[in-house]
Formats: sequence, C-alpha cells, structure tokens
Amino acid sequence: MTDTSAITAAMQAIQTDADAASHGINAEEWDRLITRLTRHPNLVELGIYSVMWSEHCSYKSSRRHLSKFPTTGERVIQGPGENAGVVDIGDNQAVIFKMESHNHPSYIEPYQGAATGVGGILRDVFTMGARPIALVNALRFGSPDHPKTRSLVAGVVAGIGGYGNCVGVPTVAGETEFDEGYNGNILVNAMAIGLADQDRIFYARGATPGNPIFYVGSKTGRDGIHGATMASAEFSEGDEEKRPTVQVGDPFTEKLLIEACLELMETDAIQAIQDMGAAGLTSSSVEMADSGGVNGEGIGVTIDLDKVPQRETGMTAYEIMLSESQERMLMVLKPGKIDVAKAVFDKYDLDAEVIGETTDTGHLTLLQHGEVVCDIPVAPLAEDAPNYDRPWIEPPKRAPLDMSKYDEPEDYAQILLKLMSCPNMASKRWIWEQYDRHVMGDTVDSSQSMGDAAIVRIHGTPKAIAVTSDCNPHYVAADPYEGGKQAVAEAYRNLSAVGATPIAITDNLNFGNPEKPDTMGYIVKAIEGMAEACRVLDFPVVSGNVSLYNETDGVAIPPTPVCGGVGLIEDVAKTATLKGAQPGDVLILIGETKGHIGASLYAREILGLKGEALGPPPPVDLEVEKRNGDFVRMLIEQGLVNAVHDVSDGGIACAAAEMGMSAGLGWISYFPTEASLHFGENQSSYLVAIDHDRILQIEAMVGEAGCRWCGVYAEIGGKEFVWKDQPNVVSPILREFRIPLSRLREAHEGWLPRYMGKVD
Amino acid sequence: MKTAIIVFPGSNCDRDAQVALKQATGADPAMVWHKDGTIPDGTDLVMVPGGFSYGDALRCGAIAANSPMISQLQAHAARGGYVLGVCNGFQVLCETGLLPGALIRNASLNFVCKSQVLSIANANSAFTSAYAGQSEITIPVAHHDGNYVADEATLDTLEGDGLVAFRYVGNPNGAARDIAGILSRNGRVLGLMPHPERAIGGHEGGTDGLAMFESLVGVV
Repeated sequence: MTDTSAITAAMQAIQTDADAASHGINAEEWDRLITRLTRHPNLVELGIYSVMWSEHCSYKSSRRHLSKFPTTGERVIQGPGENAGVVDIGDNQAVIFKMESHNHPSYIEPYQGAATGVGGILRDVFTMGARPIALVNALRFGSPDHPKTRSLVAGVVAGIGGYGNCVGVPTVAGETEFDEGYNGNILVNAMAIGLADQDRIFYARGATPGNPIFYVGSKTGRDGIHGATMASAEFSEGDEEKRPTVQVGDPFTEKLLIEACLELMETDAIQAIQDMGAAGLTSSSVEMADSGGVNGEGIGVTIDLDKVPQRETGMTAYEIMLSESQERMLMVLKPGKIDVAKAVFDKYDLDAEVIGETTDTGHLTLLQHGEVVCDIPVAPLAEDAPNYDRPWIEPPKRAPLDMSKYDEPEDYAQILLKLMSCPNMASKRWIWEQYDRHVMGDTVDSSQSMGDAAIVRIHGTPKAIAVTSDCNPHYVAADPYEGGKQAVAEAYRNLSAVGATPIAITDNLNFGNPEKPDTMGYIVKAIEGMAEACRVLDFPVVSGNVSLYNETDGVAIPPTPVCGGVGLIEDVAKTATLKGAQPGDVLILIGETKGHIGASLYAREILGLKGEALGPPPPVDLEVEKRNGDFVRMLIEQGLVNAVHDVSDGGIACAAAEMGMSAGLGWISYFPTEASLHFGENQSSYLVAIDHDRILQIEAMVGEAGCRWCGVYAEIGGKEFVWKDQPNVVSPILREFRIPLSRLREAHEGWLPRYMGKVD
Repeated sequence: MKTAIIVFPGSNCDRDAQVALKQATGADPAMVWHKDGTIPDGTDLVMVPGGFSYGDALRCGAIAANSPMISQLQAHAARGGYVLGVCNGFQVLCETGLLPGALIRNASLNFVCKSQVLSIANANSAFTSAYAGQSEITIPVAHHDGNYVADEATLDTLEGDGLVAFRYVGNPNGAARDIAGILSRNGRVLGLMPHPERAIGGHEGGTDGLAMFESLVGVV
C-alpha cells in the first residue's frame, strides 16, 4: 500500500533557490518566479515552472528574433503559435504542417528517439483536425568514420520506419548528411503534412470555463520525465545515462488515436484540443488554459490527478505532470458530449477519462489524494517566461576562395565519380527503401525518383502538394545570412522544379548554445537571412521549432536551419521530375554559372578544404530566384519540358549526371571546359531537358521573361557521360573525359549499403 | 461483384483497398470493423488489407487470426467465396490456416519498400487470368516480414499443383523458392506480399495491379 501522505508531503515541500538551480532555473528567473507568485513554490509547482520556462517550451533565446519572420499571406490561415501552421489550398481544403526536432533523444536512444519524433510531429498535425498524408525527415549524422555513426544511422532509420510504416503515413522525402561537426549531436528533424477541411480545424485556444477536461490515449508512465529540460542543455560525456528521459513510442496506439480523434472531430464535441508533447500534461493544460476564453483572455484548469490513467502505481503529482509518455491527447469537450466522446474511444479500446474541468479562476489547480498539490496562476507561466536579448557578435566574413591556387583537374570524369559517390551525394536508397512511401495510394513521386521534391496527391482530386526539406550547413557556417537565405531559396527552387507553386515553409532551427555570443550571432543572422528570403519570395513561415544547445563538451554543431517547404500543384498532370529526359533531348541551363566554388562540395571533397579555408558560399539574388522559378514553372505548366532538376551540391555536372542516371541515359557535353563552371554551385539555376527542336523557342521565351540562360549543357543519349572540347576551339590539345553510366551508378548506389554492411 | 474489406485495429491499407475495389467494381465495398461488423450476405470477395493489425504484437497476423471476425471469414471461404489477403492480409491468412506456410522477418532484417518485378507463375486463376500473355509485372512491396517459409513437402505441393501465383524476380526478402503469392487448393483464396492496390494508376506504383481486379471482375 502506497503511503499517500508521505508523497503528498514531498509534493507540498517548499522549495529554495538551490532546488530551483537544480531544475535549471537561474537566479534571475528564480527572482521573477517568487516575486510574481509572492511565495516560494512547492516541488510540483517548481517542476511546472522549470519545464514551461525551459528553452524548449519558452523559446526564451530565440523568441524576439523569430518575430522577424513573415508569417502572414493570402493563403495563411494559421501561422506560428498553434500546434502547426495551416495554409489554404482552395476548395475549402487546407494543408497543416510542421517540422520538429528530436535531436537529443535520438542521440541517446536512436530508435525510440527518432520514432517518437515522428509520433510527436504527427500528433501536432492531427490534433488540428488534419489527416496526416506525408512525412519527411532531415537527418544529420557525424563523420562516417566516427565509431558511433553507423549504429546511429541504423537506429534512427529503423525508428523512423518503424513508426511511420506502422502508423500508415507515407515517408516521401528527406535529406541525409554526414559531417564530423555532428559527431556528438546528431540531428533528427521530422516533418508531417496533413489535410483538413477549412471548416473543421481544431485549435488549442477557445476553451471556456465549466467544461470537462478529457484525457485520451495511452496511460501515463514514468518515461520521458524532464525530456524538455534535457533538450535545453548541452551534452557531456556519459549522457547515455539520461536514457530514462527518452520516451518510448507505440505507433499502433497512435494509429488508433488518429482514427479516434478524426472520428470524434466529425461530431461537434470538441471545444479545444492539444496533444501532450514536450512537458506532457503540464504544457498541454497550461497552453489550453492560457489561450482559453472567448477572447483569449485565459481561463483556469482544475485536474484531479487520481483520475489520470496511470501505467504504474505510486506515481507522484510531479511525475504525472512532467511525464512525456507518448500517444496522449487532452481535450476540452463541449457541454453534454462526454458520452459521445467515450463511445468513440471505446470503439478503439483507448483510455479516455474526464480528469478535471475548466474554471474561471485563472489558476492551474492540481489535486492528488484529495489534497491540493499545486495552485498557481496560469498567466505568469507564459507571460513571465524569460525572453532574453542574448548578446551576440557578428560572425566573421570569409575571404573569397582563390581558385588560381589550384590546378585544373586532369579528368572531370574522375571528379564526377568521386563527388557522386561521396557520403553526402551517394544514393540514400538504403535509407528510403526502409520507409513505406506508398501507403495511402497518393504518392505520385517520392525519394525513389531522386527528385527535388516529393509529390503527393490530394486524395480524390487532381491537385497535389509538393514537399521538400533543405539546408546547406556549410553555407550557413560560411555566412549565416546568405546561408539562411539559401536554405529558403533552395526549398523554393526544389518546389518550382516539380512545377509546384511554393506556398509556405516550416522551419527547424538547429544550433549550439545561445548563451555564447558567437553562436547567438549565427542564430540571429541565419534567421534574418531566412526572413529576407521568405519576404521576397512570398513564402511565409507558418510553423517551426528551435533546437538549441546542440553541443557536446563545448563544441557546437554546424549551424543548421532546416526549411521544410510546401508547394501546391493544381493539376498533377502538369508536373515535372528529374527522370523524364529522352534520347535526343538537350539539357539547357536556366540561370547562370559563374563557377562559384566557395563552400562547395568540390572545395570540400576535391580540394580537401575545411572551415575558414572553404571561403564564402554562393550568394543568392532573390529577385533572380523568383524570376527563374516563375519561368521554370511556366515551362512545366505549358508542357515544354521532359525533365527538370535544380543545380545544387556538386554543380551542373552532378545535376546532369543525376538526370542521366534517373533516365538510364548518358549525355555528351561540349560546354566550355573549366572545372569551376561544371562543379561550381551558383544559385537560382535549373537544368531542363527539352526536345532538341525547342531550343530556339525556349531561347526566345528566356529573353521575354527577362531571365538568363547558358544554352545547351549536354545532349542526352548513349550510356556514357562524356565531355569534349569543341573541335573548332583553338587549343593545343582537344580533351575528352568519359565515364560509363553503369560505373557511376554502381559507385553512387554502392557507398551506403557497403558502409552499413561493413563488419568491423 | 460484391466486395467487403475487414478492418482490424492497425490495418492501414484499408482505404487503398477500398479505392481499388471501388475503381474495379464501380461499387463501394463494405468496410467491416473487426469488433462488431458483419460480412454482408452475397459478398463475393473479402479482402484482408495490409497494415500492422494489433501492432504486429506476438507475430504478424497472429492476433487478428484469433479475432471473432475470422469465423465469418472462414465461413465465407468454406462457401467457396473469394478471399484476397495482401501483405498483412497474407500473414493473417497464413495464421488462420486458410493458406499454408508462414511469413517471417525479411532475410535482410530490414523493412523493404520498392517497386518489385514479379513473374506470373499461374495465369489461370480467378485472380490472375488477365495477366495471361504477360511474363513479368511490377508491383510495389512494403513489408518487414515477407519471407515466405513452409516445409519442403508443402513447397513441393504448392509448386506441383500450380498454387504459386507470383514469384519474385530478384528476391527482396529471402522467400522460399522466390514465392511472392500463393493460392488455396480451390484457387479462391490468394495471399501475396506485393500490393496490387498500390498499382492502379496515377501514382508511383504504376498500373500493373489493375489486371488482378479486372480478373476478379471478369470471373465473378
């Protein structure tokens, strides 16, 4: 028999500044806490403050900078601030999406960390009334040579697949990168996209006093306690011991929860709803209370913790409130709807209990074993949350890369082979073949086409959405403002390359410790660069997540602000992918190549440069970006192109090779032979495969649109990739480089399976 | 053709199956919830869809095979009704004994999702007649436990009696004798790992699944 009086006494014990410090609350925050509360908190109250004021929940280091993002637009129904962003796609439909990190847990326990990352982001989307229709993930691992990397890749991929496959939502796109900068902190960013009717969108806000609080889903256990606090601190050696703070996922329950919630949402029973994610019952109840009321004035919440379904006996109020057990939702029901709601959850054999009610007190009041164990005003938890203007210093500018110091390579074919088979360019088939990309029957194009963005049909319509995730941390490290711009521009470009109109982004900002002024400088400038690109490209931010303290033993990850971009396709018949090139087609380059090698793949892999020596990234001219994107979308809309691919890592040569490989065809190029032009990473350009007879027509159209082009890069045909100097060029030696398609493909496809299959 | 789809908790290809059957027959299939549903009288084909029934707890398909709904399915099969089990549905059919053998973890130990080339081993069944004249088709697979096993005598019988419907060309999971799908002795129950309902046109899976539904509509 549990001694409830001892537990209650421990819960009610008055806390000191030393206790606060051990909860990650600093002296200034403690001061603010006791001033507003006018007393010292007890243990439960301190626990609640500590998670609500954690970086993870309060965004205290980034909030003032995040406000620089443009978050409105013609299509935006709901921007940042709710569970996910909501964007109008016409016909009374909306897409609802968000990206979120699960970095810290995935490093400690890769399978469950990644799996629960997927589960959490799905809940953010179906909480709002959307049926999830696609998943995307952006993964960053340490160097392939690092002893932990292989097991982390295996665990994370199995976790993402294990969750997404079971829950029955296709994982359609993603990116995977290896860099020694992530040796001690991998990044696992998961994005979910859902589809809803505009007149049936649900929010956390709007609950009114006197209504039942309804708990549904899994029972509450002791897993994940203080996960949000862990995600707000740096790692040090031995942190694997934090494993009990990692949650355990159950995708089967999630699947039932999706079906049950969507079924209940068909009725008029729910007033407000919030999933229990980071900080579990605490953040969900506080957020619903804080944004409650007819005009958002806030309400109170009273919960009887004895009624919370519990997995274990003897759980304390502190544990129940801070547990991050997965697959749980909290709702406020409309009057008289308890029976309707219970019947739906009974059908799916899910726990569902009324655990309290909304009040007009403005307080969060918790009872356990008949005694009050917490009674604090809700408003200060949000209002008084710290909002720091952290000191930051302008990141240093890098000197341009002086290419005159480097010899021209002897054989472009060998360069191409090396680039296409290096860890970051090699095929990620080993990864995406472990993800169900086709369930739900609407995947028009996924990772398997090597395309720029995945295409997923809006069920039962000719419409589709395109989705992509992008960031080049090498660019951001070299110049966070330009790199931030580029991440947004690249997402815009990838969507345009399939014929989609870019409509909005979600962002996932991964950085180191914001209390260090140099790291803070990268955060500030990257956000400013992204915001500028979003503004010019009319590509608002509708949701996002910030993951800071990605540091181990004082060393931060490369700055990695990931953009998840979503585009709209009105007619799925009018799209392009990179695989449709036909024999006899020509690849033309829309945009310019100026041979920018700074911060490029070529500089890293071929010149062997690192850090400062890599030089600055290619600049992005946002006006050109917009013009070229509009132009390429028009070409696709008019059916003038057979394939499209944007130019990014590895430059035009790698883009052309990818188009050839996906079409199963080679090409021959007479393009001027200077390596930087082939492998440079100038921005805002696209390779487009067109019928040979259309060259003059396209040239005229390029002129009319005010774009630039570089004419024909290569002619499609044969089974080899070949470069030749023009026979009539006045040159002492006519050079010729060639590599068989089959050899390049073997190298491109071979690296990852060999790496993962290696026996040490 | 009158059709029904059994929906277990954790089924996740039920909607895909619904779309495919509607497209093939022009009529909505009955969606039969495992707990309280009834296979309507006069149903010609019952489809057991893919997914993760009961979260694959214990063994894939094992708990579903003990659901009260299974007695209705067995009665339907005993009447000579048609049954199509895809992926998890195939696993369920093996667990119920409507088909012999079992499906174990893929030899690679990894989940595999890819476009899979299949050879048509028997184009004379109610499920495959429209494939006559075709030697190979491409249909997506997506499974973690698709490695078909049975004792040697059972495998010999399946092959000898023409009960192997499809074989893998390039075995993705280690299945015995490259078996991708098998028929019951009366030819009215088909279980297969590949997903024909994900190959009905307009998506990445292609169109090679259509002929299976056309075969059924033609026969029934």
